[in-house]
Amino acid sequence: MRFSFTEQQIAFRDSLRQLLDKQCTPTDLRAAYERPEARTTRWAALADLGVVGMTVPDAHGGLGLGMTDLVLVLEEAGRVGLPEPLMETTALAAPLLARALTPRSSALLTEIASGSLTAAVADHRAMPPPWADDAPGPSSRGGKAGGNQPVGPRGDPGGSPTGSLRCELVAGAQGADLYLLPTTFSGGRPELHALRAEAVSVLPVAALDPTRRLGTVGWDPTPSSLVAAGEEAHLALADLEVSAALATAAELLGLADRMIDLASSYARDRHQFGKPIGSFQAVKHLLAGAQVKLEFARPAVYAAAWSLDEERDPGSREHSSRRASLAKAYAADAATEAARVALQVHGAIGYTWECDLQLFLKRTWALAEAWGSATDHRRRLLTSLIEER
Amino acid sequence: MEEEEWEQPLDEAMDLKFTDAQQAFRAEVRAWLHAHVPPVGTLPSLDTQTGFEAHRAWEHTLAADRWSVVSWPEAYGGRGVGIIEWLIFEEEYWRAQAPLRVSQNGIFLLAPTMFTFGTDEQKNRFLPPMASGDEIWCQGWSEPDAGSDLAGIRSRAVRAPGDDGWLLTGQKTWASRGAYAEWCFGLFRTDPEAERHRGLTYFLVQMRSPGVSVRPIPQLDGETGFAELFFEDVFVPDAQVLGGVGQGWNVAMATAGSERGLSLRSPARYTEAAALLVDLYAATLARDPTLALPYADAVAQAWMDAEAYRLNTYWTASRVLAGGSVGAEASANKIHWSETDLAIHRTALALLGSSGERRDGNRWLDGYLFALAGPIYAGTNEIQRNVVAERLLGLPRG
Repeated sequence: MRFSFTEQQIAFRDSLRQLLDKQCTPTDLRAAYERPEARTTRWAALADLGVVGMTVPDAHGGLGLGMTDLVLVLEEAGRVGLPEPLMETTALAAPLLARALTPRSSALLTEIASGSLTAAVADHRAMPPPWADDAPGPSSRGGKAGGNQPVGPRGDPGGSPTGSLRCELVAGAQGADLYLLPTTFSGGRPELHALRAEAVSVLPVAALDPTRRLGTVGWDPTPSSLVAAGEEAHLALADLEVSAALATAAELLGLADRMIDLASSYARDRHQFGKPIGSFQAVKHLLAGAQVKLEFARPAVYAAAWSLDEERDPGSREHSSRRASLAKAYAADAATEAARVALQVHGAIGYTWECDLQLFLKRTWALAEAWGSATDHRRRLLTSLIEER
Repeated sequence: MEEEEWEQPLDEAMDLKFTDAQQAFRAEVRAWLHAHVPPVGTLPSLDTQTGFEAHRAWEHTLAADRWSVVSWPEAYGGRGVGIIEWLIFEEEYWRAQAPLRVSQNGIFLLAPTMFTFGTDEQKNRFLPPMASGDEIWCQGWSEPDAGSDLAGIRSRAVRAPGDDGWLLTGQKTWASRGAYAEWCFGLFRTDPEAERHRGLTYFLVQMRSPGVSVRPIPQLDGETGFAELFFEDVFVPDAQVLGGVGQGWNVAMATAGSERGLSLRSPARYTEAAALLVDLYAATLARDPTLALPYADAVAQAWMDAEAYRLNTYWTASRVLAGGSVGAEASANKIHWSETDLAIHRTALALLGSSGERRDGNRWLDGYLFALAGPIYAGTNEIQRNVVAERLLGLPRG
């Protein structure tokens, strides 16, 4: 029992923090709001540091590391609100591609490690909102499981992606080079496909945080785009859900830390009634409550990362799956609480576009719901606890 | 005040598995407990005279086979095992539903302080009977006008005429086990000129000393879990000052760290209760889904809170093993375990509905009443939030 990171892992985290403090400032985030899909030198710098290729096997130019190493990196990405799809590319796409090495997936992995390829990964559970005219419903077209809707004629003035299948609410879709897309055919037979940008049609979706780069992806499966099918795809998608919940949780830790930090700093500087507002217990207790939640979310996320690395055998993810749900639910609640408290402590200034807090609030609200909400993960966890009895 | 020290990571990879030796230790603990733990519910409450003695007898049983204080050195009755093994022991202890520890104030609060600040004479005199349950301790901290504001202590000590000790005078209150304990550790003001947390001294007082009187206080559950203690020129020899005259505040804060931090409330208490809560939920679900389903989220959250506490404890223990210490994080800890305990029991009572008011054999009601005290004792959660805000977040003192 040794529940701590190595000096090397901490040192790597620290050097990444230094880089991001310089290259991912709130000013940089505001620039990304203007052109979310633009390529930046920041991604190349992250690739040079080895961050982008962390989970790519050594043979393909990566570091061959696992979630225990990556979790600290994702926390840093969250802390600065990194607008690039590090989670999608490094935490999700690379391990999915590395599961079954083919000449094609090997080539893609090499491109990821070199920093020349960013990925978008669809959540097969994501659905459009009920008011959208493409939403599944009692009279909907299709309503297939797996989040894929057949594309049909629609009156959407924004246009429609082309392709026979569609994946909804894909984060990082705007400007990605590679799309990992799940689908379920009749009979519940799942498949996972990987398509280059030129083979998909992306309809941008307006999101509160533009750097989420949301899009609806229209596509056609082909034999050459197939990554996994049947049982193999089923396991890959189950793995994806666990990894994505955990990776999102790690980013939420960093976001919570940043927002508490911003609010604590504001509470020390802002004076009312002749005193710093941080000297009032009403303010202290809000921030302390959020900090306590964050402190207890952290080991939950780290333990889930270790479990995922430990249970490498696909299909035996009992502990890591449960721990990932604990991690996501805890981190989502901690970050949501930190967001609410940080906004309240800032007062009206926190409600402005000018205040940097808004950048982190929006990312938090999005990630708290992405890849399963806190409530969803509590439900999954309770189901697993009851089944185990 | 303790300094915070951040983690000094070991250069070995993270590993949440227990070693073979640790698993063998767990098996040994489990086997012993299986053979010795009395059937659940057979001991009367430790907050009654007969229950107190029955629990003392259980302490004798534990001590006879060296299971009462496993983490202490062998010389004082322990087994000299490390903090991870202590946590394993606690997991097995709670899993076996073994009796509550009547000696907890001594073994979990005073002992860690005594290991740090005690002289060899004090350790040899006090630790072995503490380990065996022959001498049971209560805590004399709060006073009628010094609760959350502990530095407002007025009980005082003056030099005894023979200059070989002190005469203690004053009143202490909310002393858990105070009605029956043999010894008391407490803070008294030895320098009347000094302000607040200066000029305090930590004393070890025999409860049968002339001048000590005790008034048991019935708790809201009707039992005498705590007491008021009155001191009138009680003689305490110099050998019973712990940590030096005038050093009381620093010494006491070490105890407070143990109380809120690692030693008083090991996570197994909560993970075991949470597992029983899941059982209760599953049973209720099978009987009446419409009653159970609204509480699904609360049941899952309570289980998660207990599990997060367990993980955080191993995280903290690993930091301590690597040379770090527990500072203001102990305050975050105290908030978390006390609220977790409440959440578990409140949810269980909600599932029980109108049958929850039954007293016979209702562990959830007893547990809920106990849990309600958690956010109050060991420093109220409001005070702990001040500590977290000031010392972890750097907010100014009010």
